[in-house]
Amino acid sequence: MTFHSILWDSAGVPPETNKQPAYFGDLNLDQVIEAITARKQEYNLKPFFYRPLRDVETIRYRQEVMQDLEDAPLMASIEAYAEKMTIVRRYLALVEKLDFDYHKKGWFLEAALVYFNAVIELADNLSQANLRSHSLQAFRKYLANYVRSAEFEALRTEAQQVKEGLRNVKYCVIIKSGQFSVRNYEGETNYSVEIEKIFEKFRQGAVKNYLVDLRESAGMNHIEAKILEFVARLFPKPFAALDQFCSRHSRFIDETIRTFDREIQFYVAYLEFIADIRRKGLPFCYPQVSTTRREECVRGAFDLALAHVLLYTKTPVVCNDFYLQGPERIIVVSGPNQGGKTTFARMFGQLHYLASLGCPVPGREARLFLPDQIFTHFEREEDIRNLRGKLQDDLVRIHDILARATSNSILILNEIFASTTLEDAVFLSKQIMGRIMTLDALCVWVTFIDELSRLSEKTVSMVSTVDPQNPALRTFKIVRKPADGLAYALAIAQKHRLTYEQIKERIQP
Amino acid sequence: MKVLLLYPDRDFDPEQPLPPHAADLVQDLELNTLFSTMAQGDTFVFDVVKRVILSSLTDLKEIHYRQNILRDCLKNVEVIREIYQIPIRAQESKRKQWLGIFGLHYPSSTLSGGRSMLEAYLGLLKELRSIADIHAGKFESEGFRRFFGMIQQELDDAYLATVEHHLKILEFRGGVLVSAELGKGNEGTNYVLRKPNEDDRNWVERLLPKRSPVYSFKLHPRDDHGARALGELRDQSLNQAANAVAQAAEHVESFLNVLRRELAFYMGCLNLAVKLDQLGEPIAFPEPAPVGERRLSCQGLYDMTLALTMQRKVVGNNVAGDGKDLVIITGANQGGKSTFLRSVGLAQLMMQCGMFVPAQSFSANLCRGLFTHYKREEDASMQSGKLDEELGRMSAIVDTLIPDAMILFNESFAATNEHEGSGIARQVVSALRERRIKVLFVTHLYEFAHSFPGQDNVLFLRAERNPDGTRTFKLIEGEPLPTSYGPDLYHRVFEAVAVVEEDEKR
Repeated sequence: MTFHSILWDSAGVPPETNKQPAYFGDLNLDQVIEAITARKQEYNLKPFFYRPLRDVETIRYRQEVMQDLEDAPLMASIEAYAEKMTIVRRYLALVEKLDFDYHKKGWFLEAALVYFNAVIELADNLSQANLRSHSLQAFRKYLANYVRSAEFEALRTEAQQVKEGLRNVKYCVIIKSGQFSVRNYEGETNYSVEIEKIFEKFRQGAVKNYLVDLRESAGMNHIEAKILEFVARLFPKPFAALDQFCSRHSRFIDETIRTFDREIQFYVAYLEFIADIRRKGLPFCYPQVSTTRREECVRGAFDLALAHVLLYTKTPVVCNDFYLQGPERIIVVSGPNQGGKTTFARMFGQLHYLASLGCPVPGREARLFLPDQIFTHFEREEDIRNLRGKLQDDLVRIHDILARATSNSILILNEIFASTTLEDAVFLSKQIMGRIMTLDALCVWVTFIDELSRLSEKTVSMVSTVDPQNPALRTFKIVRKPADGLAYALAIAQKHRLTYEQIKERIQP
Repeated sequence: MKVLLLYPDRDFDPEQPLPPHAADLVQDLELNTLFSTMAQGDTFVFDVVKRVILSSLTDLKEIHYRQNILRDCLKNVEVIREIYQIPIRAQESKRKQWLGIFGLHYPSSTLSGGRSMLEAYLGLLKELRSIADIHAGKFESEGFRRFFGMIQQELDDAYLATVEHHLKILEFRGGVLVSAELGKGNEGTNYVLRKPNEDDRNWVERLLPKRSPVYSFKLHPRDDHGARALGELRDQSLNQAANAVAQAAEHVESFLNVLRRELAFYMGCLNLAVKLDQLGEPIAFPEPAPVGERRLSCQGLYDMTLALTMQRKVVGNNVAGDGKDLVIITGANQGGKSTFLRSVGLAQLMMQCGMFVPAQSFSANLCRGLFTHYKREEDASMQSGKLDEELGRMSAIVDTLIPDAMILFNESFAATNEHEGSGIARQVVSALRERRIKVLFVTHLYEFAHSFPGQDNVLFLRAERNPDGTRTFKLIEGEPLPTSYGPDLYHRVFEAVAVVEEDEKR
C-alpha cells in the first residue's frame, strides 16, 4: 500500500470547503469545532471538520488512526514533531522578512537543521511504535525510506558542517561612544566574573536581580549587520560554505511530509480537545457505524458543547441513553422545561455528525446509523410582534426540509409550532409527523404535545425527569417512558461555634 | 554583612503581617500611647516599635539576646545615638544626590547608578568602622560584640581600597571590550565583558598594532538609531557586571536600612526609659519563663499608659499567681480592674519583645499569642445585636488560638442576662483551659465567677474597697462577692436623693 494521505484511504480527495453545514449553529457544533481548532489555527483544520463521510471504509480508516494515536508515547512523538515543524515554518517566514544577507542565510540554515532533526526523530519514534492502522504503517514505511536515502543524508551532513564552522567563530568588539571596532578574540579574561568576585561580600541576602532581560530574539539592526560583515571578513571560510548551502538547497521540505504534518493535526486536535473532558470523568467511544441498519443503541452519551462549557466548573454533566429497535424511528421528547430536552436533541445530532467524521463520540458505547444528511429546526428567537410571520416561516422551512430529506436523513425538530395555539400545533404537528413517518427517516422531536409520542409504532416516548423528593430539582435525565403530562443565647453561641465541645474541636491540642 | 540586633540569626521582617488581632490589642491595651512615647514624634520609630512589639517572641534565648543588647544601649546612650545617625545620613545623601538604581532599565544606567551609590556609602562605612574601633570594648552583649566584630572584619582597609579601585575602572573611560560568538541566524550571542590583556596604558591604543586585522566603523553623527543600537550592545555586555555592582549597592543600602530599622527599636526604648525616669516610675527587666509553665508574679506592676497619660506616678499591684491558668478579677466598679488587666497585657507584650517592663519586678511565662476580648460599644452598623457581635469576635479569636496562648477578657458575654452570660462564659473558659490557654477574666458575672470552687490553679483577685466605700485602686486576693459595687453607686446617688426627700417631708 503506497501512502497518500492520513485522512483519505483512496486517491479521491474531495475539495476543501470553508462553509460549515447549516445545522452547526443549532447543534452547537460550531462551538465544538471552534474549540477543537482554536489552538491549531496555523493548520486551517476547519475544512476537515466540515466534511462528514458516509463511507464506512474511510470512517474505519480514520478510527484506526485515531485509536493508534490514543497511545500516549505515539501522541507525544507526533506532538514533538509538530512543534519542530512549526519552528521550521516560523524560521522560513522570518527569512522572507529579514534585510541582511548573512542574517537571512543564518536563519535558513537553522530551519533546515530543525527540519532534519524533526524528521529523523519522528522516523525513529515510529519505528519503535506498535501501529495497527494501515495508514500509519504506510506512512512509517514512506518516512523510513526517505530518511535512509543518500540524498537526505548528504543534505543533513552538509548543513551540520556549515553550522559547526559558524559556531566556532569567536570575535571581540570594542565599543566606544559613536564608534566600534571588530577583531579576533585573544584570550582576554572575563571581567564580569572578576567584578562579581570583588563585590561578593556585599551581595548577601535576598537582593533583587538587576539583570535586565535583554532582547535575544530574531532581528538585526544595521550596527549588528556591520559587525557581522566585519566578522565575515575575519572568517571568510565558514561564510563561503553557508553561501553554497543556501544556493544549492533552496527547497528542503518533502511535500508528502508537509501534507502529513497538517492532516495528522485533525486527529491530534480532536484528541487533545476530548482529553480535558475525559479528565472530568466523561467517556468517549468509537461507534459502530452502518449505512443500512437503523437500529441504534447509545449509552452514557452527553452534549459535547455543554461538557466543554462546564469544563472548568463543578457542575456535573448528565449522561443519557437511548435506543431504537424494530420499526422505531422517531424519538418524541417531552416533559418539564429546562430538564435537558434541547440538550438531548443536540447530543443526538452531535453523535451522528462526529461519528461520520471518524471521530470517537461522547458516550460510553454507541451503534449509529450514518445519515446522508442532517436537518435541524430549532426554535429561533421569538418575536411576539410577528406571530403569523413566524408560523409561516416555520412551515416554509419544514417544507423545505421535507423536500430535501430522504429516508436516509436525520431530522431534529425542537419545539416547533410553539408560538401558535395548541389546537393548531397539534394539527400541524400530526401532519408533519405523518410525512416523516412515511419518509421512514430517523427523527428526534422535542415537543410539549405528548400525544405525538403515541402516534404509531414508529414513535418512542422519552421524558425529561425531576427528582421525586424535590420536584424543583432537575435531574437532566431523559428516560424512555410514557409521557404523563403532569428559619436564644446558647443558640447564638452554637451558631458561632462557641460551645464547649465546638471550641475544643476547633483548637487542636 | 548582617545587622542582627533584633534576632541572633535573621533580620527583622518589616513586611511580616501583624497578628490578626493586632488592631484589638492596640485599642484594648492603649498601645498607641506606648508607641507615641517611644517615637517622640518620629514616624519611622513609631512604625518600627509597633511592629516589633506586636510581633512577640516565644523563644527565651531570643528575649535574653534583646534584653542584653538593650542593657548595652542603656549604658552607652551616646554611642548608640551616633551610630543611629549613620544610616540617616546615608538616606539624606541619597535624596540630595538623586542616587538610585530602582526603575532603571538599562545595564549602563544601572551600573553608573550602582557605582555612584557605592562611592557615596563607602565614606559612611569607613566612619562606622572607626566607631567600632574606638567603642567596641564597652559593649558586653553578644549582639553588639558580633556586630562590631563583623564591621571590623568585613570592612578592612585593603578591601575598601580594592573596591575604590574597581569603582574607577568601571567608568570605562577607554571603551568597553566584549567578546561574542555567532548564535542562531548568525546573530551575535554570548556577549562577555573582557579585561584587556595589557592593562597599564590606554589599552584601546595598545590593541591597534596586533596581528589580527581590526575593522572599525564610525557612526554618522546623526545616526541616532545606530547610536541606540550600539548602546544596546554595550548594555548586553555590561549586564552581568552591572548586576553585581547594583546588588552590592543594594546590599550596602539594605544593610544601612536594616541598621536604622533595628536600632530604631532600641532608640524607642531609650526614649521611653527617659520619660518613665522623669515620672519617677521604676523599670525592670522581666524574668520570662517557658511557654509550658504557668507563672505570673510581680511587685509594683503599674499601668504605664495611665502614668504617661496622667503624667504622674500611679498605683502598682503585687500579684502572686504562679501555677495559675485562670485569673478571675471581680470587685468594685472603677476600682482598678481594667487598669490592672491592661498592665498585665502591656507587661506581657513588652517582655515578649525583649523590653523592660513597668514594674519593680515581673515574671511570667511566655505565651503563644496574646489576645484581648473586651466589651465594645454597640455596633454602629446595626448589623448584629450586641451579643452576636461579641460572639462573632470571640469566634474570630478562636480561629487563630493555639495552645499556650493567653487571652484577656474584660466584661465579656455580659450583653445578655447574668444566667445566660455566665453559661456562655463558663463553656468558653472551660474549653480554653482544657486546651492550655491562659485566661485573665474581669467580670461582674457572679454565677460564672463562682463556678470554679476549690480549684488550685485559679487565682481570684478583687478590687479593694475601704470600709467607707472609697476605692484604693489596689487589687487583693479574694473570692468574688455576690454583689459588685454597682449598688454603691446606686445608693450614693439615690440615698442622697432620699435624704433630701425625707428632709422635704419633714
